[in-house]
Amino acid sequence: MAHDTTTRDKRRDDAPDRTGGAAAETAAGRLDREIAGLDALELGGGTRVRLLQRTWSALWPILTAVLIAIAAWQAVVWSGWKEPWVLPGPRDTFPVFWDQITSSRFWNSVALTMQRAVIGFVFAVVVGLVIGALVSQFRVLRRAFGSLITGLQTMPSIAWFPLAILLFKLSESAILFVVILGAAPSIANGLIAGVDYTPPILLRAGKVMGLRGIGLYRHLIMPASLPSFVAGLKQGWAFAWRSLMAGELLVVIGDTTSLGVLLSQARELNNTADMISYMLVILIIGIVIDRLFGLADASIRRRWGVAEN
Amino acid sequence: MTADVQVSAEPAVRLSEVSKAFGTGRSALLALDRVSLDVAPGEFVCLVGASGCGKSTLLNLVAGLDRPSGGTIQQHAAGKDGKDGQGSRVALMFQEPALFPWLTVTGNLELALKMRGVPRAERRERAGALLDTVHLRAFAKKRPHQLSGGMRQRIALARALALTEQEHASGTVDAQEEAAARSTVLLMDEPFGALDAMTRDLLHDEIERIWRERRLTVLFVTHNVREAVRLGDRVVLLSSRPGRVVEEFPVPLERPRRIDAPEVAALAGTITDRLREEVGRHGA
Repeated sequence: MAHDTTTRDKRRDDAPDRTGGAAAETAAGRLDREIAGLDALELGGGTRVRLLQRTWSALWPILTAVLIAIAAWQAVVWSGWKEPWVLPGPRDTFPVFWDQITSSRFWNSVALTMQRAVIGFVFAVVVGLVIGALVSQFRVLRRAFGSLITGLQTMPSIAWFPLAILLFKLSESAILFVVILGAAPSIANGLIAGVDYTPPILLRAGKVMGLRGIGLYRHLIMPASLPSFVAGLKQGWAFAWRSLMAGELLVVIGDTTSLGVLLSQARELNNTADMISYMLVILIIGIVIDRLFGLADASIRRRWGVAEN
Repeated sequence: MTADVQVSAEPAVRLSEVSKAFGTGRSALLALDRVSLDVAPGEFVCLVGASGCGKSTLLNLVAGLDRPSGGTIQQHAAGKDGKDGQGSRVALMFQEPALFPWLTVTGNLELALKMRGVPRAERRERAGALLDTVHLRAFAKKRPHQLSGGMRQRIALARALALTEQEHASGTVDAQEEAAARSTVLLMDEPFGALDAMTRDLLHDEIERIWRERRLTVLFVTHNVREAVRLGDRVVLLSSRPGRVVEEFPVPLERPRRIDAPEVAALAGTITDRLREEVGRHGA
């Protein structure tokens, strides 16, 4: 449609004597119309996919993957590789799983585990922010601690537990200590990377505008580093969750029940169906929270037009 | 048209023997070598040159993003009572729009106005007026990535205009404000270099209109000689490595000009020949 309009305008330019109105038209008015025409052409029309359709196209690969995994599990059981009481099949496990997730003991354990995860993660965010801000700000600190932070990130968090137990005995603090150590380096690194990769052209534009000091951080560097920071949070969460599970298996405190405690009790009782149920729950919680971070990340990227597609 | 440029007035920008070297000692690279240039208030000056002529370096110096190694840059930055310091009335526009992707179109303009000390209550309205100037009011709530390249560049132009504005603009422009507006310098670093030819043509008309309406002083860098002749009151040819002023060409052509007009092509041809001569010296 818009294309027709511009072509017509062009023709009118070529033959100004065709109609009186076109001849009287001012140059400024014509320029306005030409620019508006070009804008309309360049924007084009986007296609919107319906919500239902979008949800389904995101969902069916996941469902298929789950079905394939269950089928593989069943196939291993049918092969007779292990006795059924050592490795029960999906048909024996799912009723147990259902019994578990309808019991209050189970939900109390999940609550304790999630409480530890959230507290540990919040502390890790604070520590990560402080370290990341300092290191990205001072070049000396960067040279001194930059590679150390990356090194900490790759260090398996379970290796911290002997030290944590010596320092804090078998206590909440020991678990918290390791969760923070596991997650904080990723969060700090995300922030540092975000500050480092603030596009130079935006920094130039900011300087022309007169942004400096705190204003430069508030209006330019902080928003520019947000996507990388969120990616760091997402990775930090994954590390926190892993550290926490290791911690709950190793550091059993009194008569508290957490997911880790349930898991090791099930092993001691040779109750494989229960054990698999807890593992499924741990997997699902990890996936759900990772997806939440993924959604936050994607929505930022979409709003800023930095999505890959 | 060039006759109404007030050559007699104090220049809006005066570069005296400006040099810029990068690095030190034997490995130092001289980017600009004693460049002297006056830009009169309200004048449209185009700088052309081949690669390595230090065009962008020159604009950075005038914008105050960098300091010259030698020489002085004076700006007749007339604020209300001359209090405004050097560099406070300069706006720079790049080849890339360099808009902040996390802000809407309006948000980008409002931030620039905020940095110019415009009170919060006025910002929304002034941003709207700037969008009217570039004919993009309808896109105020969009984000930069939702616009085409040409539209983004017009928003960048509106943002640059925001930086040339007075703190308290009113509907009427009195003589003092007009004098101040004439001394605001809009620096443009190949602003249309990344656009297609059709969009570029339209934006030439657009920038000429805004320049005239707002009585801006423009220092426009380009490698496109025809574009320079199409827009400039004067075309300044720079040599490469180091950048020196080779020759200045006044453009005595009636506005509005067309980029494909024979007179524009003829003058562009003369300048291009001179430019090629300069480039040839480096091949020898």
